[in-house]
Amino acid sequence: MSLMTLSITAIIYLGVVAYLGFRGYRATRTTTDYLVAGRQAHPVIMALSYGATFISTSAIVGFGGAAAVFGMGLLWLTFLNIFLGIFIAFTVFGKRTRMMGHHLQAHTFAELLGRRFRSRFIQGFAGLIILLFMPLYAAAVLIGASRYIETAFAMDYNTAVVICSIIVAAYVIAGGLKGVMYTDALQGGIMFVGMLVLLVYTYGRLGGLIDAHQNLSDLPTRIEAQYQQLQPQIRALAPPEIPDGALGGWLAAQADALKAGTADKSDAEKAAFLAAHPRLAPVGALLKAHPVLTSKLVVDKLAKGGWRGWTRMPAAGTNFFYVLISSIIMGVGVGVLAQPQLVVRFMTVRSGRELNRATLVGGVFILAMTGVAFVVGALSNVWFALPEHGGKVALGSVAGGNSDLIIPSFVTGALPQWFGVLFMLTLLSAAMSTLSSQFHTIGASIGRDFYEKGILGAQEHPRTVFITRVGILLGLIATVVLTFRLPPGVITVATAIFFGLCASSFLPIFLGGLYWKRMTKAGAIASLVAGFGVSFFWLMFVQMVSGKYPAVMSSLFLHKDSLLPGPVAGVQWRWLEALFVGLPVSLVVAVVVSLLTKPEPRDHVEMCFKEIGR
Amino acid sequence: MFGIEDGWIWSAYLLCLLATLLCIFYGAIHWNHDGNETPTPEDQTWAKEEEKVDEAL
Repeated sequence: MSLMTLSITAIIYLGVVAYLGFRGYRATRTTTDYLVAGRQAHPVIMALSYGATFISTSAIVGFGGAAAVFGMGLLWLTFLNIFLGIFIAFTVFGKRTRMMGHHLQAHTFAELLGRRFRSRFIQGFAGLIILLFMPLYAAAVLIGASRYIETAFAMDYNTAVVICSIIVAAYVIAGGLKGVMYTDALQGGIMFVGMLVLLVYTYGRLGGLIDAHQNLSDLPTRIEAQYQQLQPQIRALAPPEIPDGALGGWLAAQADALKAGTADKSDAEKAAFLAAHPRLAPVGALLKAHPVLTSKLVVDKLAKGGWRGWTRMPAAGTNFFYVLISSIIMGVGVGVLAQPQLVVRFMTVRSGRELNRATLVGGVFILAMTGVAFVVGALSNVWFALPEHGGKVALGSVAGGNSDLIIPSFVTGALPQWFGVLFMLTLLSAAMSTLSSQFHTIGASIGRDFYEKGILGAQEHPRTVFITRVGILLGLIATVVLTFRLPPGVITVATAIFFGLCASSFLPIFLGGLYWKRMTKAGAIASLVAGFGVSFFWLMFVQMVSGKYPAVMSSLFLHKDSLLPGPVAGVQWRWLEALFVGLPVSLVVAVVVSLLTKPEPRDHVEMCFKEIGR
Repeated sequence: MFGIEDGWIWSAYLLCLLATLLCIFYGAIHWNHDGNETPTPEDQTWAKEEEKVDEAL
């Protein structure tokens, strides 16, 4: 990327952001300011600013990259994002959350739950869950931003993480936790236009909507046909005892050995390795001369997990099937309903009317964001497979087969350079606004929820500000450490764990709190503890996250990848997302315990539900 | 449909568009519903406290 293009675009962008920030400071800056001042915000500005906080680098970079691997099946997640994450969240949860939050004078998600059920324990415990696990999700966003910088500037990943972390720390320390509505709206607007350009470009470049999809459907067959043509050349290199049917496996083993011996090595070390393994050098030359062979190796590897093509769902019961449906689609799609940093946004709107309007704009916005990212992510395989773009499918075109690098590589390669820079700056600032709301939530969780209510049981305490600052700092450090330590292709996994844990722990008491007057404090506490406890146990002892990483505690203490290594009753429990076990348990516990215990005082319940349901 | 043979995939594609249309129609029909011309004293008390919480952060 040229320094001149980057500098000019960055200066113009930052100038506009500074002007909008200045304008915001002179008048009303945030949605809450509008509520305090009793003024109205422009509905489009308000809806776009919502959009920018909903979407981050995690959704576009991480999940777009996952679509390049799993294929268009990820569109089920877009459907849930729009239907549950926007329509149901705004119409079923949003208005009641806003009204009940104001009746109870609640300012955090944990506080809303705690006050609804008159329980210090709920507020403190919910705050503790959020502050302990939010860094995992924040790390997913930071990884997305860092992978983008790594690709755009051809930079080392660790350096990119350091740069991103310094920017985030500076932003947080400078008091950027409060999102400025005009700036958020600008980011939302550029992201919206950027994604539409990306979609139009991709479909246009690949021959239109139907042809592009057909090309993607046919790609595995084309790869196989080209591989068959190259088989005599592979035969010539392979030992005679390898049968023709096993040539693909032999080639994959050679390619793996070559990669292990030469990746991240100096030229001298590579030469020494190849001299010691004379049979590998011609294999390397063949792979280099025919990129389609790399595509063949990628496709074969995916097929072993149950993958059947980019426009087909994985085979039922396979590893890919469980990861795609239980973790990526359901874990994230359902988990969005109980996201602490999104729930509080419902309380800041001026009236229910803003939520109605945001439903319209939000639906269109999410389609343009995740819908486009997933379609383009899958179609990027056809683009990357064109000879002028390297000739290999997406996963074979990025360093180390890291799916988190696919979208950054595609955007950098496909869009005009100046637009790529603008798009990158927008994605990075969207990451900043999401990270801000995450650290805002971490700070409030430790100071207001855990320390003030959970431990002290006090209304206000002079040390809370200090504890909050320490909490934000520790959250930042934990996030950066995770960003360095987590393995490649982890954005979707980290997001799914956090979203699933939130749904299992909070969704039944959040829904019950808003809709079921008979739900009791004991029922809520039991549901929260059971939902979290079962999910945490599942993650630690049973679930092999992403279908491949051993369950941590099971591996440490039982020396097994999972407590349930084989199928039981036809279900592969080790690949099943914790949400599928934790959520039903917390739901049943909430109902049963509530029905067995004394109802909450009538005057408290009436106060909570005042004017609700009319 | 849409150059995609697997019904599970093209139906997801279609449902994304239908869900978006649902949001558009709902938002358009209720564009001016549930609005308060002036926020209630309870809303304003909440908002002032929210500003204090933000400032403290």
